[in-house]
Amino acid sequence: MLQQVPKAELDERAREERSFLRRVYELAVRARRLDERLWTLYRQGATGFVLTGRGHEIAQIASAFALRPGYDYAWPYYRDICVSLTLGVTPFEMLLGAFGRADDPHSSGRQLPLHLADPLRRIGSVSSVIGAQVAHAVGAAYAARVRGEGWVSVCWFGDGASSEGITHEAMNLAALHRLAVVFICENNGWAIGVPLSEQVAGGSVAARAAAYAMPGRRLDGGDALGIFRATSEAVEAARAGAGPSLLELMVPRMVPHSSQDDDAYRTAEQKQQALAADPVPPLRARLLELGAIDAEEDARLWDEAAREMSAAAERARAYPLPPAERARLHLYALSDGQRAERAER
Amino acid sequence: MSAQTMVEAIRDALGEEMERDDTVVLLGEDIGRKGGVFKATEGLLERFGPLRVLDTPLSEAAIAGAAIGAAMVGLRPVAEFEFGDYMHPAFDQIVSQAATVRWRTAGRYFVPAVFRAPIGAGVGGAIYHSQSVEAHYCHVPGLKVVVPGGAADAKGLLKSAVRDEDPVLFFESKRLYRSEREEVPEDADFLVPIGRASLVREGRDLSVLTYGIGLRHAREAARQLASEGIEAEIVDLRTLVPLDKEAVAASVQRTGRALIVHEANKTMGFGAEVAAFLAEELFWDLDAPVMRVAAKDCHIAFNQPEESAIIPDASKVAEAARRLVNL
Repeated sequence: MLQQVPKAELDERAREERSFLRRVYELAVRARRLDERLWTLYRQGATGFVLTGRGHEIAQIASAFALRPGYDYAWPYYRDICVSLTLGVTPFEMLLGAFGRADDPHSSGRQLPLHLADPLRRIGSVSSVIGAQVAHAVGAAYAARVRGEGWVSVCWFGDGASSEGITHEAMNLAALHRLAVVFICENNGWAIGVPLSEQVAGGSVAARAAAYAMPGRRLDGGDALGIFRATSEAVEAARAGAGPSLLELMVPRMVPHSSQDDDAYRTAEQKQQALAADPVPPLRARLLELGAIDAEEDARLWDEAAREMSAAAERARAYPLPPAERARLHLYALSDGQRAERAER
Repeated sequence: MSAQTMVEAIRDALGEEMERDDTVVLLGEDIGRKGGVFKATEGLLERFGPLRVLDTPLSEAAIAGAAIGAAMVGLRPVAEFEFGDYMHPAFDQIVSQAATVRWRTAGRYFVPAVFRAPIGAGVGGAIYHSQSVEAHYCHVPGLKVVVPGGAADAKGLLKSAVRDEDPVLFFESKRLYRSEREEVPEDADFLVPIGRASLVREGRDLSVLTYGIGLRHAREAARQLASEGIEAEIVDLRTLVPLDKEAVAASVQRTGRALIVHEANKTMGFGAEVAAFLAEELFWDLDAPVMRVAAKDCHIAFNQPEESAIIPDASKVAEAARRLVNL
């Protein structure tokens, strides 16, 4: 006999879903405005480099919502603006980095834009080296086991990273010891200019999970609820000792790889397809349909986000560059003498 | 004090540090059940369990990468590589990650990890069990590079390396593992500071600047030379990065002659850096050109004549010293 779910419970669930989708959407709107602002600043010559994850937003936000912020460890890659945004990093911080400012609280202006690091929010340190952070995630999960802690390590990487040896070595190590790791591949179909068909034999990153005896699932990168549920399930299974899993989120790459990439290897049609696969408008349509937002409110969100990013950019731009004489600071731990001197200042 | 081989001293150093600090963990191939291919971790699995003495798959990059990630979140991992030759797959993680994390986050994250590996030839190990890889890492800011020349230093330096806040490459001359015994302090807090050279022998005629297995060659050579009336001073560098420039300078200022000895290849070997330092900073103190005894820029053969032809030994050091003092 089918069990009847009481109507009140159904209503409550629907309300929660609506409110979740609304939160995802609001972050996606801000992320998109930040993304646009970063590209504009680059074109104006105000910054020296940009690379963003336009098209990856929903996948990043919905998966990052599955973490316990400040407790679970996030190991994003450089395209993961929205992972960090969801975990509390502000656009202003990211813009300080984009301008290479000394007060950038992630790398003090040393790294390329969006190569974040935030120990307090438990966001690992992003490098440009593809796949490097996958092993760090596994190491952090091993540390949790050694220290008797319950944190889960979640790492994000692109489809290109799925071809790196380190990714497979790390997955094998995690699976062997049932470490608490969730591997999330944001598959946008392009490793800079090499398409998935020339990059991933068999065409599926998720299918590779089978080799490591872990669950592997492919999901639509625009399906916020589906991604949130799948990631939450994977995170909580990992926390409970069931070991790692792999999620492959299918997303479009709506922009060139970076500002230094002409994107000439994609046909106009391919680029058009990527733009048409933008996951943000469908989410907007869904919210309108659910009555979780109205057109006026929506327009206001976009306007406010544009103003927020523009103001944050202007504020960040006004900050000073790092002084040249500090170029070698932090190569090594400060000596006791240096520490004392800094404390005096 | 007790007379120990270098490998015993290393094992004690690891055991003592694991005892003292439960965030110290070991990762590597064959380090648990087997106790290490050179038995440097023998008995530690039984004492500390399989979680803290982790037998890993053959995945050097992941060993280094996991050690780095673990170090970033609070552990003090000691990663063992079976041979320096097999660290190359981990090069990217060590050079682009371990070395850069502190700098690239301006001190927000750091990597207190040790990467240990045996180095050196002379044991019939051929190309892939004989390489001296230390110079590769000396080129990279953010790393410390240590090469002990005896059991006591191995123990004291390894304990310092484990307690260090930065990544330390710890290279052990495999030919020194068991070939001699030395008095080693048993004090659990016996430390040899990283970055300090040691004046091993005083002598007026020349300074032999060396490390690792080179120290043995230098000592033997010094004995031969003494019988001929040549007094060689020996400075064991012990730490290549950071180099104890004061100790090097002090010795060379005393003798006016410098002979650098190492088993790694000559071209771009660590001796080139020491020679450049002497040329830049001590030119007017030198009575003769700086000389080097090093491997003859070649791979190491399995057969003994070809192996011996390439790597330094005491007689090659003595020969070079004679030429240097007569210049």
